[in-house]
Amino acid sequence: MSTTSQEIARPPSGPSPILWLKKNLFDTWYNTLLTFTAVAFVYFALRGILTWVFVTANWAPVTSSFKLFAVGQYPTEELWRVGAILFMVSFLMGISWGVWGGTIRTFALALAVALGVIALLPIGLEKMGLTLRLSFLANPILIGLGYLIGQTPVVKGRWVLIGWLLSFVLTILLLRGFEGNETLPLVGTGLWGGLLLTFLLALVGIVASFPIGVLLALGRQSPLPVVKIFCTLFIELVRGVPLVTILFMFSIILPLFLPEGVRIDRVLRAMMAMTFFAAAYMAENVRGGLQAIPRGQYEAAEAVGLSGFQTMLLIVLPQALRAVIPAIVGQFIALFMDTTLAIIVGLMELLAVGKSVLQSNPEWLLLRSEVYIFIAAVFWVFTYSMSYASRRLETALGVGER
Amino acid sequence: MALQWVAQIVSAVLVIVFLVFFVSNVLRAAEARGLSLSYGFIDTASGFPLPESVLPYDAARPFGYAFLIGILHTLKVALAGIVLATLLGTITALARLSTNWLVSKIASVYIEIIRNVPLAVQLVFWYGAVIVQQLPTVQKSIKLPGPIFLSQRGLYMVWAKPTSSFGIWMIFVAAGVALAGVLYRVLSGYQIRTGRTTYPVATALIVLIALPVAGWFLAEGSPLYKTVPVLGKFNFTGGLSLTPEFTALLVGLVIYTGAFIAEVVRAGILAVSRGQFEAARALGLTSMQVLRLVVFPQALRVIIPPLISQYLNLTKNSSLGIIVGYPDLFFVGRTTINQAGRAVPVFVLVMISYLLMSLTTSVIMNIYNRRIQLVER
Repeated sequence: MSTTSQEIARPPSGPSPILWLKKNLFDTWYNTLLTFTAVAFVYFALRGILTWVFVTANWAPVTSSFKLFAVGQYPTEELWRVGAILFMVSFLMGISWGVWGGTIRTFALALAVALGVIALLPIGLEKMGLTLRLSFLANPILIGLGYLIGQTPVVKGRWVLIGWLLSFVLTILLLRGFEGNETLPLVGTGLWGGLLLTFLLALVGIVASFPIGVLLALGRQSPLPVVKIFCTLFIELVRGVPLVTILFMFSIILPLFLPEGVRIDRVLRAMMAMTFFAAAYMAENVRGGLQAIPRGQYEAAEAVGLSGFQTMLLIVLPQALRAVIPAIVGQFIALFMDTTLAIIVGLMELLAVGKSVLQSNPEWLLLRSEVYIFIAAVFWVFTYSMSYASRRLETALGVGER
Repeated sequence: MALQWVAQIVSAVLVIVFLVFFVSNVLRAAEARGLSLSYGFIDTASGFPLPESVLPYDAARPFGYAFLIGILHTLKVALAGIVLATLLGTITALARLSTNWLVSKIASVYIEIIRNVPLAVQLVFWYGAVIVQQLPTVQKSIKLPGPIFLSQRGLYMVWAKPTSSFGIWMIFVAAGVALAGVLYRVLSGYQIRTGRTTYPVATALIVLIALPVAGWFLAEGSPLYKTVPVLGKFNFTGGLSLTPEFTALLVGLVIYTGAFIAEVVRAGILAVSRGQFEAARALGLTSMQVLRLVVFPQALRVIIPPLISQYLNLTKNSSLGIIVGYPDLFFVGRTTINQAGRAVPVFVLVMISYLLMSLTTSVIMNIYNRRIQLVER
C-alpha cells in the first residue's frame, strides 16, 4: 500500500460545505421539505432525550447499585477474584496485541479505554472507593505492559492461545472457589449475577459449543448417512425452536430425568442450554467455511499423500475456521444478547438484576425507564463496540476477497 | 470400502445406543417419580384462566383447547409482526438509501441502536416503562385520528366487522382477484408475443376494484359495518381492541425485526448493479418502470433467503411474549406444566408446534424463492 496510489485516488479537493449541503440536503424541492421535517424531528427528539437524561430522570437506582449490576450478589470480600480475572484478561489482551497486532489492537485499546473511563467515573468516592478506582486504572497499564512483553520475540502465538484457554478454566475455578478452602471459599453460583453472569453465559456457550459445532458441521458433510442424518436432524431441530424452550428444557425437564441424588447446578444448566443452542448455529457457520474451501485443496492434499483425516486437520479446517472467525464473533454478540432470556429460568443476569433493583426500594418502583435504558445502554456499548471490531477483523482477514 | 462400512455400522450402533440409553433413562425416571407420559390429560379441564383469548375461553375448557388458543395467539402476533416489520423494514431501507444525508443518517441511527439492544430489554421497556407507566388511564386516553385510543389498557381503534352478507361479498372479492390474475397473465402474454400494448396492469387493476365494488352494492345490506370504540364507565366497548401485552409484544417485535429487515432489503437493492439502472434508463423506461421491472425482481432474489430467516426469527422471538405476559404457545405450555405436572408430553407438544411453524414458513418461502430465482442455462 504505497502513498502515491492513495494520493492519486483522492479527489483534487472536497466540495465546499455549501455545495455539499446543496447536493445532499436541498437538491430538489421535496428533498428540501424532507430535510426541514427531519431537522425538526431531530431537534425535538434530541431536546426531549437530553432534558430527560440530564434533568427529569432520577438515576438513583442505577448509581446506587453499580455493584449489583456488575456482579450481582457476589460477596464483597471475595470481589478481588473478579478483579484478578480482569487483570488476567487485560494482560493476555495486551500480549495478544503485541504478538498479533492488527485488529486485536482495536479490542485491546477499547478494553483499556473502557476500564480507564470506569476508573474515572464522575461519581462520589463513597460510592466507588479509591482502591477500586486504582485497580480499574491498573488494567490499562497491564495492557500496555502485556503489549511490550508480547512484542519481544520470546513470546510465541501458540503460548498465548494456550494462555487464553487456561485463563478460561482459571476464571471458572477462581470464581467458584473450593469447598472448605480457607483462601478461596466456595461462592455458590446462585450468587453470581449481573454483567459477570451475562458474560460467563455467553463465553461458556461460545467456547463449549465450538468443538461440538465443528464436529456437527463435519458430521453433516460426512459420507456416512447415519452420522449425516443424525447431525442434520440435531442442527435443524435446534434451529427450529426458540431459545427459551431449550433453556426451559434444561432447567425444568432435565432435572426430572437425572438419576436420584445427581443434581446439576442451575447456572450450569443454563450454560448447558446455551451450549446446546449455540452448537447448532456454530455448526452452520463452520459449514459455511467448509463449503468455501475449493475442491482443489482436497485434491492437492490427496496428491501429496495426506490421509483423509490429515487433510481435514491440516488443510481444510485451518482455512475454513479462519474464514468463519467474523461469523463466530457475530454469533458471540447474538448469544451475548440472548443471555437476557435466562431471566425466564430465574437467573440473576443483567435484566433480572434491574427488575430486582426496581423492587428493592418502594420509591424506585416507577423508575423503570431509567433502569431499562441503563441496561440497554450497557448492552449497546458492548455489542456495538464488538460488532465494530468484528467489521475491522473482517477487512483485516480479507474474508470474501479471495 | 470395508472401512467405510465398519465406520458406518459403528456410528449407527453408537447413535442407537445413545438413543436407547436416553429413552430408557427417561422412562425409568418417569416411572420412579410417577410422571405421566400419556396425553390423556388433553381433554380434562385446564383449570387456569388466560389473560386474553381470541376464542371464548374459561378455566373449565380442556387443556387441548387452551393449547390451541396458545398456537392461535402465536400465529396472530407473528403474522401481524411479519407484515408490519416488512413494511417498516422496507421504508427504513429506502430512507437509508435516500440521497438526503439527514434522512439516511436518522435511519442508520435507528438501525444501529435497535440491533444492538437485546429484544428482552426492549420488550420490558415498551411494556413496563412506556405502555403501563407513561400512557394515561382509560378516562384520559390519547386520541389519535381514526379514532385510535391509546391508554394503559392498550389500543382501541375503529374497525370493520363483518355482517351476514359478508360471505357473499367475499365471493365477489375472490372472483375479482382470480379474474384480475388471469387477465393479467393472458394480456401480458399476448403483449410479449405480439408486441402490441394491451395494458395488462391497468385492466387487471380495474377488474380488481370493480368486482368488489359491484359486490358491495349487490349484496343485501353492506357486508361490513364500522364499529367505533366508545368510552363506557370502565373501559371502551366496540371497535378493535389490542391488549397492552399484545401491543407491547407487537411493537417490540416489529421495531426489532424491522431494523434487521431494513439491512436485508438495503443489501438486496445495493446488490443490483448500477449498470442495470443505467441500461433500463437507456431503453427509455420511466423511473417507476425501472424499479418495478428491473430493480425489484433482481433485488428480490437476494432479499428472499435472508428475509425467510428474519421471518423465522420473528416467529421464534414471539415466545418472549412470556416476559410481558402475552398468552402465546410457550406461555400456555409453561402454565400447563406448572398446573398439571405433565412436563414431558406438554413440552414435546410445544417443541413440535414451533418446529411445524418454522418448517411451514420455510417451505412456503422456499417455494416462492425457487420461483423467482434466476433460471440459468
